[in-house]
Amino acid sequence: MPPVSSEVWQVAWFTTWVAAAGTALILAPGVALGWLLARRDWRGKLLVETLVALPLVMPPVATGLILLKLLGRRGILGHAFERLFGTEIVFTWRAVIAATAVMSFPLLVRTARLALEAVNPRYEQVARTLGAGPWRTFWTITLPLAARGLVAGAVLAFARALGEFGATIMVAGFIPGRTATLSTSIYHLVQLSRDDEAWGLLAISVGLAFGALWLSEWLLRRRPPA
Amino acid sequence: MIRPALLLRVAGLLSAGLFAGARLAAGEVMVFAAASLSDALRELAAVEQKATGDTVRLNLGASSTLARQIEAGAPADLFFSADEAKMDDLARAGLIDPATRRSLLSNTLVIAVAADSRLQFRSAADLARTAVRRIAIAEPESVPAGIYAREYLRQAGLWEPLAGKFVPTENVRAALAVVESGDVDAGIVYRTDALISKKVRIAWEVPSADGPHISYPVAVVKGGGNPAGARRFLARLLSPEGRAVFAKYGFRAAP
Repeated sequence: MPPVSSEVWQVAWFTTWVAAAGTALILAPGVALGWLLARRDWRGKLLVETLVALPLVMPPVATGLILLKLLGRRGILGHAFERLFGTEIVFTWRAVIAATAVMSFPLLVRTARLALEAVNPRYEQVARTLGAGPWRTFWTITLPLAARGLVAGAVLAFARALGEFGATIMVAGFIPGRTATLSTSIYHLVQLSRDDEAWGLLAISVGLAFGALWLSEWLLRRRPPA
Repeated sequence: MIRPALLLRVAGLLSAGLFAGARLAAGEVMVFAAASLSDALRELAAVEQKATGDTVRLNLGASSTLARQIEAGAPADLFFSADEAKMDDLARAGLIDPATRRSLLSNTLVIAVAADSRLQFRSAADLARTAVRRIAIAEPESVPAGIYAREYLRQAGLWEPLAGKFVPTENVRAALAVVESGDVDAGIVYRTDALISKKVRIAWEVPSADGPHISYPVAVVKGGGNPAGARRFLARLLSPEGRAVFAKYGFRAAP
């Protein structure tokens, strides 16, 4: 195996960083939506549930195409973003984060929902009868009880983000040192017949994915307290 | 309305029985061709189908990707590359029939901008202006259009100064597509690519005297399933009719 170059580390670091940033970005909205799905009945719930799950089953490049149209410099969101911040989204690291965030969102919401559903509502009711407001009840009772499942969901979302390819290549392309991720770099290196280097990246991505999944499984398996 | 089609089919089957090597007389020809040839080859494939009954299937992409696929054993009958280097690679690997190899076409590079863009170019050096923030080019390490663009910009002393602006794409048509969508300010593509799109405008053309020598070689792939069909289609490409189609799309004959 050839020595691991600084380029390889840059790609590994960048991928880990954007996957973490993407996960951080969706964490609050994902848990909030998971809670709404777990604890509340509302009109259009089924529709929202279905929409949220879509990126999970749609071809990633199709999701990528939708994102490209929305985030492109002439797209609704991309245009607004450029007006506000004076810089574009597509073909930058922001696009990589957007792609990974959208692709990971369903996994986070589904896991968060299950984790929150597993919390016995009686504890929440008890807290309420003792005078705690809904917000305090959520922070002091629901969240701690569901914490393991929520962290597992976040780790799962992170793991999914690490391997994102289809949507990423559509909105962020492959710009070495800028938007190149582990998956897009592996594809690219194989195109260039640089298989040896592709193997190095493959080993890193397998290691990262294995670690993340293992952590998520471990968290989910441990019984919640009480 | 079904009858003529049926008759054609019967005629096809009959002729298939009549000629030597009959099994493949009206078969499929797998053509692996550079993305920039897409439109011209689609037209010629339709002509071929009408004339011979052969179904020409086109696998279009970066010549580098296609060459790699052929090396890996993809079922190609004919390879039409946008640069000589990819054909040389396959020739060295003994994967093409050298006797059939011809350098058929030439092309030039242009700077393309979206049709409604206000950018004006007096030379390639204008790419360095701040108004041009992002420039799409085909991947410059492997894809011919990108290699040609890099070669030209290096020669012009612009490669290094522009380095931060490039958005490399999978093939030249992908570069054209991001210019069309307005996601980049300019793109370096073949003149023929810019000509087929109504959504882009040629802002500047690299003078052919300064530009890299662009050459499109074609050859029959060894061990393909339909060498006879490949030779027939190759003959069509070389015929005056074929050359006229390429000329219509703006290609130049190889010198």
